[in-house]
Parts: sequence; structure tokens; C-alpha cells
Amino acid sequence: MLEISNLQAGVAGKPILKGLSLDVKPGEIHAIMGPNGAGKSTLGYTLGGRPGYGVTGGSVIFDGADLLAMEPHERAAAGLFLGFQYPVEIPGVSFVQFLREALNAQRKTRGEDPLSGGEFLKLAREKAALLKLDMEMLKRPVNVGFSGGEKKRAEMVQMGILDPKLAILDETDSGLDIDALRIVGEGINAIMRKPDKAVLLITHYQRLLDYVKPDHVHVLTAGRIVKSGGPELALELEREGYEAVAA
Amino acid sequence: MSGAVTLERPTNRDEEWRYADAGFLKAADPAALAQWMEWTVAPGEVVQEYRVLASGDEAGGTVERLRVHVGRNGRFECAAVNAAGHYARLELEVTLEQGAHFSFGGVTIGGEGKVQEFVTRVIHAEPEATSRQVVRAVQWGHATGNFLGRIDVVRDAQKTDAAQNFKAILLEKGAAANAKPELEIYADDVKCAHGAAIGALDRQAAFYMASRGIPPEVARKLLVRAYIADAFELVTDEEVRTRLLDEALAALEGAAL
Ligand SMILES: Nc1ncnc2c1ncn2[C@@H]1O[C@H](COP(=O)(O)OP(=O)(O)O)[C@@H](O)[C@H]1O
Ligand SMILES: [Mg+2]
Repeated sequence: MLEISNLQAGVAGKPILKGLSLDVKPGEIHAIMGPNGAGKSTLGYTLGGRPGYGVTGGSVIFDGADLLAMEPHERAAAGLFLGFQYPVEIPGVSFVQFLREALNAQRKTRGEDPLSGGEFLKLAREKAALLKLDMEMLKRPVNVGFSGGEKKRAEMVQMGILDPKLAILDETDSGLDIDALRIVGEGINAIMRKPDKAVLLITHYQRLLDYVKPDHVHVLTAGRIVKSGGPELALELEREGYEAVAA
Repeated sequence: MSGAVTLERPTNRDEEWRYADAGFLKAADPAALAQWMEWTVAPGEVVQEYRVLASGDEAGGTVERLRVHVGRNGRFECAAVNAAGHYARLELEVTLEQGAHFSFGGVTIGGEGKVQEFVTRVIHAEPEATSRQVVRAVQWGHATGNFLGRIDVVRDAQKTDAAQNFKAILLEKGAAANAKPELEIYADDVKCAHGAAIGALDRQAAFYMASRGIPPEVARKLLVRAYIADAFELVTDEEVRTRLLDEALAALEGAAL
């Protein structure tokens, strides 16, 4: 589903990803762990096509297509979802309006009919309930006045509504208390644990992995994957720290 | 006819014409520029006025000047879209009697070399009058959006409460915005607030929208709509508000950005 080969990328001329390779197959959940500043968010932004993140080498094939050749909104329509470490506030635009525009724009790009207002609200209500987020909150401006945890739950509601093939979730667990962590973890499983979908779970800590069991765990340090293994690698990292494990 | 008054042609040296299009002023008829429409709002009455200077008329220019006298406890509420060109100006001079209120919401929106402006003068002539002005400018190309807002508070117009707020977003390098608040205050118990800010469209919000599948032109429209909506908050009629927003956004629709 996602084949990253020898990816080199950076911001403002500063190289950050220094030859990163990763192969994600349908049905798999991969965890990417690493210390602060390793390049985890840079990986997410580069795959999402954020302006300013320049690719200087390597390739990324998503579902058989050249991901790096697509515009950011085309990547979303192709089935990529980026869960933000710091979700963005958009005053004056309600979540309902934002998500309906997003879903219908994606459907249009894929040659599908738009959802009516009623159909959309039904879908939004269902996904909000799954994440235990009050539907009233989706009538408010995007992320404005949301707590850290609410923002992360709203990210997962968005993922549920947009129903992507591949989700890259950048520290979706940060800022969550224990209950919210469980709700978000179960939400990820309900939405993405399917044979034709895959998840790239970027995280610092083992704790989210108690709920969302990864098939593969990778350690990212200084722009490269330095070690890969099964779920036990996450436990090892938690016990011994990145330095000991990655050395 | 004999005895006709010779009118002087305004130039950019005149304070209230300082940002006007110089070419337009040179060619314009001074008599036409000196004309005012005169309105009166009776005591206790409410008058609402919505104006759209629409895009499409790119040759020459438009100057509309409206002088309004608002009687005791009356209200004059005006919302305007200025999307016209090449030079388009709406000028308001509003005099407020005791306890009267004036609200103004204006949006300039345009590209190419358009010069679009609002020029207001609010005269708080008696105590306890209030005024609220919110102007938003959205420009691209090498267009300019201006707001010249003068507030006069005469002696003894105590408990005056006046506010004006201007914000501009420039969608391209080369576009410009000017704000010139001018406060002449001769009373001492007065609240007078003004603010101005010029920036670009929020890039982070645009990427966030793109990451959800919203194409750039739709994202821009949503963000601009949210941005200018502040100016039309004074419009309580939802249908009118939507029409004004749509009129303003129509100018953005055809923009080659
Ligand atoms: N916009 C930016 N400008 C300059 N340097 C950046 C920018 N974003 C990230 N970096 C740098 O890139 C490196 C990787 O950052 P990041 O991808 O955010 O790491 P992580 O998510 O693993 O903590 C860090 O050294 C960081 O300082
Ligand atoms: Mg990060």
C-alpha cells in the first residue's frame, strides 16, 4: 500500500530525513517511535505534501501511484489521512462545514456523487458518537476553544468521516488522559483495523500501543529507521530507552 | 451662467483623498466629486442601508458620498461591499445626536490594479452616542484597499463610545492596504478604540484543509469568507448577510491566483 524508498527530505534546506525506507502492506499497523527531533513529524508532513517540506531524493508509491507527484488535496482524495500532532484552529469555519466540504471534494475528485446535508450529518453523528465527542462541538469553529484531548478526538472523528485507506497519526496520543486514550485507541481500531486499510502510528510512548496493537515497530533516529521489529520492540524501548536500543 | 463657483479638484495632497487613484482624480469632474447625498434618520428611528459596488465596471471609477444626520436615539446601520474598480470609493459622513448609534461594516475585495476605499467621518456631536466600524480588505494582484476613518468627538459629547477595526489580507505580493484612523477628541469622558492589522492568508489553515481533501481555491474561499464575516455581523437579517458575503466572494471567484 505504501512503499517508501530511500526518502530524503528537509525543511528550509536543512536535511532531516536521510534515506528512510518503509513498506506498509494492507491490513498492517506500523508504529514509528523515536526521540524528539528524530524527524517523525517531518515524515508525516512530507507524505502529506506540506509546503516547505522539500524532497531531495527517494520515492514514495501509494496504492501504485507516485504520491510525491500529487498535490496535498489529491493525496487526501487518494485515501491518505494525516492526523496532526498540533491540529490547526480555523476561526469562522465550523467543523460541519469544513468536513462536508472536505468529504464532498474528495468524492468529486474520485468521481462520486456528493452527500446531502442530511446524509452527511448522519455520518458525522455516528462518528462523533464512536469517539464520544458531543455533536454540538462539531458545530463550533474548527478546533477553536477545544482542549488538547478534544482536538485529538476530533481528529479521529474526521478520520472516521473521511474513511481513508492509510492513516498517518502523529502523536495522536499526546495530551490525552487515560480514558481518552482508551476511547481514541478503540476508535482507531474500529475505523482502521480492516484488511484493506493501514496505519502508520507515530508515537513517543508504548501506552497507545496497549490499545492499538502494532504488527511492526520501527525506531526512527536522526532521519533514519535504525531498527525494526515486532510489538516486543516497543516494550524494549519503553524499558531501556532509545539510546540503548538504537545503539 | 455667471457667478458659478469654481470647484477645486481634489488631489492626493488632500488628507481625505490621500490614497485615491491619482489618474482618476485628474480626469474626474470636480463638481461630481463634490456632491453628497443627504439623509436624515429621525429621532428613535432605525435605518439600515446595504450597498454593493460590484465588480465588472473596470473602466474609470465610482465615488459615492453619503451624509447622514442621526437624531436622538436613532440608529444608522450600514454594510457595504466594495468590489468595483478601477477606482471605487464609498464615503460616509455621519453626525450623531444624543444616544444615537452608527454601525458600519465594509469589505473591499479585488485584484488587478483596483483602488478600493472606504472613507468615513463620524461626528459625535452630543453625549452618549456610540459608533462601531469594522472594515476588512482582501486584495490581490497590485490592488489596494484603504480605510480612512475619522472620528470627531466635540466638546461636551461625554460618554461617547466609538470603535473602529481594520484588518487586511493580501493574497499576493504586490497588493497593498492602508489604514488611517484619525481621532479628534475634545471631550474627556470618552471611549475610543481602534485597531489595524495586515497579514496574509493563514498557510497552516490552508494546508490543514488541503490535508482533508479541500482544493486550494475552495480553501481560500472558505478562509476569506470567515475572514470578512466580521464586517457583516451587524446585519441581523441572515438572508441579507449571505447575499453580501456572496457578492463579495463573487469577486474572488474569477481571480487568477
Ligand atoms: N519548520 C522547520 N524549520 C526548521 N527546522 C525544522 C522545522 N520543522 C522541524 N525542524 C527540525 O527538524 C528536526 C525534526 O523535527 P520533527 O520532524 O518535528 O521531529 P519529531 O517529530 O520526531 O520530534 C528537528 O531538528 C527540528 O528542529
Ligand atoms: Mg513531532
